[in-house]
Amino acid sequence: MARLELSNLHAKVAEDDGEKILDGVDLEVFSGEIHALMGPNGSGKSTTAKVIAGHPAYEVTDGEVLLHLEEGDFGEDFEIAEDKRTWNLLELEPNERAALGIFLGFQYPAEIEGVTMTNFLRTALNAKLEEREELFEDDDAEDEAEEEDVGYETSPMEGNVDEGEVGVAEFQQLLQEKMEQLDMDSKFAQRYLNAGFSGGEKKQNEVLQAAILEPSIAVLDEIDSGLDIDRLQDVSKGINALRDEQGTGVLQITHYQRILDYVEPDHVHVMLDGKIAESGGPELAEKLEDEGYDWVREQVYETA
Amino acid sequence: MSSDQDHLKQTDTEKRFEFKKEESSAFKAEKGLTEETIRVISEDKDEPQWMLDRRLRALKQFHEMPMPDDWPGAPDLSEVDVDEIVPYIRPDVETRGGVDDWNDLPDEIKDTFDKLGIPEAEKNALSGVGAQYESEVVYQNMQERWEEKGVIFCDMDKAVREHPEILKEYFMTKAVPPSDNKFAALHGAIWSGGSFVYVPEDTTVDMPVQAYFRMNSDGMGQFEHTLIIAEENSEVHYIEGCSAPKYSEFNLHSGGVEVFVKENAHVQYSTVQNWSKNTYNLNTKRAIAEENATMEWVSGSMGSKATMLYPSTILKGRGATDNHITIAFAGEGQNIDTGAKVYHNAPDTKSTIESKSISKDGGRTNYRGLVHISDGAENSSTSVECDALMFDNESTSDTMPYMEIQESKVDVAHEATVGKIGDEDVFYLQSRGLDDDDAKQMIVAGFIEPITEELPIEYAVELNRLIELEMEGSLG
Repeated sequence: MARLELSNLHAKVAEDDGEKILDGVDLEVFSGEIHALMGPNGSGKSTTAKVIAGHPAYEVTDGEVLLHLEEGDFGEDFEIAEDKRTWNLLELEPNERAALGIFLGFQYPAEIEGVTMTNFLRTALNAKLEEREELFEDDDAEDEAEEEDVGYETSPMEGNVDEGEVGVAEFQQLLQEKMEQLDMDSKFAQRYLNAGFSGGEKKQNEVLQAAILEPSIAVLDEIDSGLDIDRLQDVSKGINALRDEQGTGVLQITHYQRILDYVEPDHVHVMLDGKIAESGGPELAEKLEDEGYDWVREQVYETA
Repeated sequence: MSSDQDHLKQTDTEKRFEFKKEESSAFKAEKGLTEETIRVISEDKDEPQWMLDRRLRALKQFHEMPMPDDWPGAPDLSEVDVDEIVPYIRPDVETRGGVDDWNDLPDEIKDTFDKLGIPEAEKNALSGVGAQYESEVVYQNMQERWEEKGVIFCDMDKAVREHPEILKEYFMTKAVPPSDNKFAALHGAIWSGGSFVYVPEDTTVDMPVQAYFRMNSDGMGQFEHTLIIAEENSEVHYIEGCSAPKYSEFNLHSGGVEVFVKENAHVQYSTVQNWSKNTYNLNTKRAIAEENATMEWVSGSMGSKATMLYPSTILKGRGATDNHITIAFAGEGQNIDTGAKVYHNAPDTKSTIESKSISKDGGRTNYRGLVHISDGAENSSTSVECDALMFDNESTSDTMPYMEIQESKVDVAHEATVGKIGDEDVFYLQSRGLDDDDAKQMIVAGFIEPITEELPIEYAVELNRLIELEMEGSLG
């Protein structure tokens, strides 16, 4: 079981005199759990998500982001050595974090022209698996592996290069299955990544990507914004499936109770001024929906 | 439309596209390149008198013309030393082009060969070290099939000997006369090697004609001339390319390409070239398209220190069509000045130009294009799209899409984008597991996808691979 642990996390915008945004965030997400992260605009929710994933626009000034793994987290056949069970994510590149099972669902996913969904996702999946192998490899074995990497396996005139761990045919089948589950039209597979997608299609696509990449922990930033009710249900079904079928832990950032009716959270947190001000069960989200954030603010200032 | 047109008419394109005719003394004093040199070349090739005469005339024009050094943003050509040229074009001189031993090649070039997975035998041939790569054998069988149909495909030296009537009519007379520009004149004087393709009426050559990896040791790779003639209702796809960098100690490549597309004929000319980074790559390529003919240019320009290349098409007959697809990549210290020229000289003619360029680590790419629509070329249409992608703030890209529109009943569309690779896009891909380099490569591959999908698959794969290598900074 994987555990994402944020402790005393402080972060600012990565420039001289950059604005301080996170002011001591403490949060723990286990795989298989669903957490909702709520709070007023500007309280630091999205920044928390981006710092977890390693966005270069933010600089961590204090605190830690740790990922704790257990034997079996990457399947029975994947051995995780004793000394490679806790990772300091802040020392890793975004793609290394992805390889360890961190996924960020973007509020505004990028549009990449000319790159088909199929090509992108298969490349990403293979890159992730390969990087994971490298991260968990014996340090001695590393040099040898690099040697092998040099050069083309065959001449470009003679045929394809190494296909990677998941081949084209196998991947297409996987993609098709996952798209059916999410009720996505199969023609999306040949469309360019997010290019010309509607807001709703982009969000659906984020969940699809999580389903393919099978993360241990998925941070979903306002996955519910801009969705109509039908698509909200599709997306919710997809998120529940992540947890139920893959055991993914979900940290869901949202402004609205609405999605929580379909994706019931185990824990709800309220963020205020760069920290977690209040945590509770699903009833907390309902109270926020009815009463807004003022009472949280008052409570925080009273205790202060 | 009319006000746009006035504006376009004022654009001073002449200056940028035609070399000044007045005399310059800069090259008069050339010691190396003399009539004597040209006579030796011609004699060695056993050429007829008429070809020698043309060479000598071109040489004279070369000496009279100025360097094209006054174009805005164009590459600096002051390091091109024509005096050095003689040993590389005169077969009787001991110092030759290329190097004598594989081990003498610069490491970066050797690395590239290795990374491209090119076998040892080809490496030697490509680098000019060994004997000519036996590509002749590969298309020998094909040649027999074509010969039955009257198709000719041979090297230019052979064509001069065996098809003088055709060559006298077409060789540097109508499409690329030596007077076109200084380097066309130089080319006319010292050209060597290249391909001749002749497709008779009503004939479709169903496989691409490939001039691939064809180099030999007498400077063939550097001043090659290609002449393609497609008679009425014929069709041919000519591909020329080499993914490995061509290396020579002498740093000038000046090729010439002439294409004649007769009524209802269709010619596609595709090339992927990768020059070593000491090379000045200055070419003149031109096609003439008759009634309802179609000419297509597909070019990938990689490598070189500086490239100046603007394939042009003269749409001479009613209903003729031109398509241009170009892609250029400039890394550190490179200035890649490419584009397209189209002259609409008849009604109902159509052209589309798509250009993509990528610059990185301070490299510079320019799109320099001209679309000319003559008075009377009514119902003509043109569409120009040029996109530039830059990796960093040190790299530059300029777009100079000149238009001269003299006819009012025309349809003109133009679109240009210049952008930097997006940090958010890179982060998005990274968050999915791609490392920084792979993320950027994927964005670039997507950027040029509209072009690579037009290429035969093996060239598309190669072009992508070359760009990957360039981006890793590991190409020589």
